[in-house]
Amino acid sequence: MNGYLDFLGGRNGLVGLLVLAALILLVFPLTMGVDQLSLAGRFLSFGFVAAGLVLCWGYGGILSLGQGIFFGIGGYCIAMFLKLEASTPEATAIQTTPGIPDFMDWNRITELPWFWEPFNSLTLTLIAIIVLPALFAYVIGIAMFKRRVSGVYFAIITQALVVILTILLVAQQGYTGGANGITDLRTLKGWDINTDEAMVTLYFVTAFLLLGVILFGKWLLHSKFGRILIAMRDREDRVRFSGYDVANFKAFVFCVAAVFSAIGGAMFTLQEGFMSPTLIGIIPSIEFVIFAAVGGRLSLIGAVYGAMAIGFARIAFAEAYPELWLFLMGAVFIVVVLFLPYGLAGLYEKYAPKVRAFLPSRTARAATSRESTEVRS
Amino acid sequence: MGDFTTQELMAILAMQGFAGLSLFSVLLLMALGLAIIYGQMRVINMAHGEFMVIGAYATYLFSTFITAQMPGMLDYYLILAIPFAFLAAFVVGWIVEFLLIRHLYHRPLDTLLATWGLALIMQQAFRSGFGAREVSVRLPDWLQGSYRPTMMIDIPINGLAIMVLTILVTAGVAWLLYKSRWGLRVRCTTTNREMAGAVGINTRNVDRLTFALGCGIAGIAGAAFTTISSTGPTSGSLYIVDTFLVVVFGGAGSLLGTVASAFTIAQGQSILDFFIGGSMGKVITLLIVVAILMIRPEGLFASKVRR
Repeated sequence: MNGYLDFLGGRNGLVGLLVLAALILLVFPLTMGVDQLSLAGRFLSFGFVAAGLVLCWGYGGILSLGQGIFFGIGGYCIAMFLKLEASTPEATAIQTTPGIPDFMDWNRITELPWFWEPFNSLTLTLIAIIVLPALFAYVIGIAMFKRRVSGVYFAIITQALVVILTILLVAQQGYTGGANGITDLRTLKGWDINTDEAMVTLYFVTAFLLLGVILFGKWLLHSKFGRILIAMRDREDRVRFSGYDVANFKAFVFCVAAVFSAIGGAMFTLQEGFMSPTLIGIIPSIEFVIFAAVGGRLSLIGAVYGAMAIGFARIAFAEAYPELWLFLMGAVFIVVVLFLPYGLAGLYEKYAPKVRAFLPSRTARAATSRESTEVRS
Repeated sequence: MGDFTTQELMAILAMQGFAGLSLFSVLLLMALGLAIIYGQMRVINMAHGEFMVIGAYATYLFSTFITAQMPGMLDYYLILAIPFAFLAAFVVGWIVEFLLIRHLYHRPLDTLLATWGLALIMQQAFRSGFGAREVSVRLPDWLQGSYRPTMMIDIPINGLAIMVLTILVTAGVAWLLYKSRWGLRVRCTTTNREMAGAVGINTRNVDRLTFALGCGIAGIAGAAFTTISSTGPTSGSLYIVDTFLVVVFGGAGSLLGTVASAFTIAQGQSILDFFIGGSMGKVITLLIVVAILMIRPEGLFASKVRR
């Protein structure tokens, strides 16, 4: 296994990735109905954010309570594009000003604002989904990390930024759709996104993108950058004294996490059919952190399981016992933080070898695998 | 602003200024507790808002009890309700510190998450216990109405009353921190934990008492809160982000800084509220605070603490 696939983390890493791929590409589509599958697709979109947090919080030590901002940027970008496509002059002929989104017309805006113009083009929208969050994260990151703001301060300031953004979105309803958000999204370049086939297609797009993002994350962690990241988390001053520009590295990982979140936000919006401030506020932003914490803050794959586990548990519990759900969620927070700092992935790493030791075929399997490694190397 | 005469502008400023003082009082009472907890042990208590709500519900329970049992006392119940609210939040804080917080002192970012979980549990507990609807207490007659020094200025009495309460509590905290034995121990522990332990201070006890006291002050904030607004299960979470900003903006561990920053943020919001509306006023205030924090991360009044 030496060579260019090393970054997957050896045999265990490869197996983990293949199991996840098999689960989301084969097991889910084969066993679930369309409704369930599209739910799973939404949870997978949260997985992007959680994976980003694994990089920036688990490995970089930067806890951001503001990932909702970037999730929102991605979501609003694609929502703006879809909204403009839905607001053709013919479809909006009854408005005072046809051809602009309905909520603008309700708020007596007669002209498309300048910052909506680029979202007439799908290419520019897709570029914006990547570039805007990166730019925004870079500005925040550089401003804070250059001044050596970190830890709790950083968390609180990112949380304040979430508050600012959500209030702004609600207050400027003529430009943003206000508290309702941007709704009634129908087609993407003429392709109806609300049909069953579209849901399935979007699910697979999300799943493949997520696997791609995880591969990228693993590659990043395996590179020299990953080493510096961990070193910075554990002994920032020593890395700085060794001549590295710590602020730039931190800003970079924060940008990567931001772009991951934005991709997740965009995929979420496509599947949900709308985007609103409640989906990106303080509470969702903290929940993203919990997805990462439950999955395991040091495991990109675990983060995806965390997002799915909480997502499905919420569906199961919130329907049957809405009262108990918040108790359970709160307890999960506390238990994970107190007893399972490395989450599900940590549990797996701790107990999987012990379980394997009980399996009879263990020695045989170990022997074959040793042989095969020797042959390949 | 051009449409107002100077006299009107002054009246607006005065009234909005006094309206800001109510916000200032609640923010400061909340922030005081948070600041001493954060200053002492670098713990971020996300459930602080819920401790305020405990105080508010305690006041509510107390007032319903008085209304039912001793209607004659209704004019003075608030004075008794304040210590009761303090005690309720203090006791819960003490228990929480013992069960949860003390295990996390060396992991400040994790306390943030664990206390958020605690906040969720407490919110749901309030909802199950008191219902999702907001409750409000009956204000004593002497707290109702307003004081009108001129024709245009109109200052509500309840705002003035909690202002007085805030000043008293702040003075009390200042006295405790800088004059009492407990304050001496707290300041020792904050400056250098190992050394404080070495000279015989039981730092664990200091931590627990500080945490419980911080929560107790949040309880007082809750009692004050009932006089200006009704209380619901999630009332506390509305203030938590602002309160954090107050603490960070003021410079953690500095009492004067906390007062100054609560004042600035509350007045900024209140005055901008009149001219550009509540939400935009809040956005601008928070943006300015965040911008200042980016330039000066140690806050307005930085205390020199050995890390």
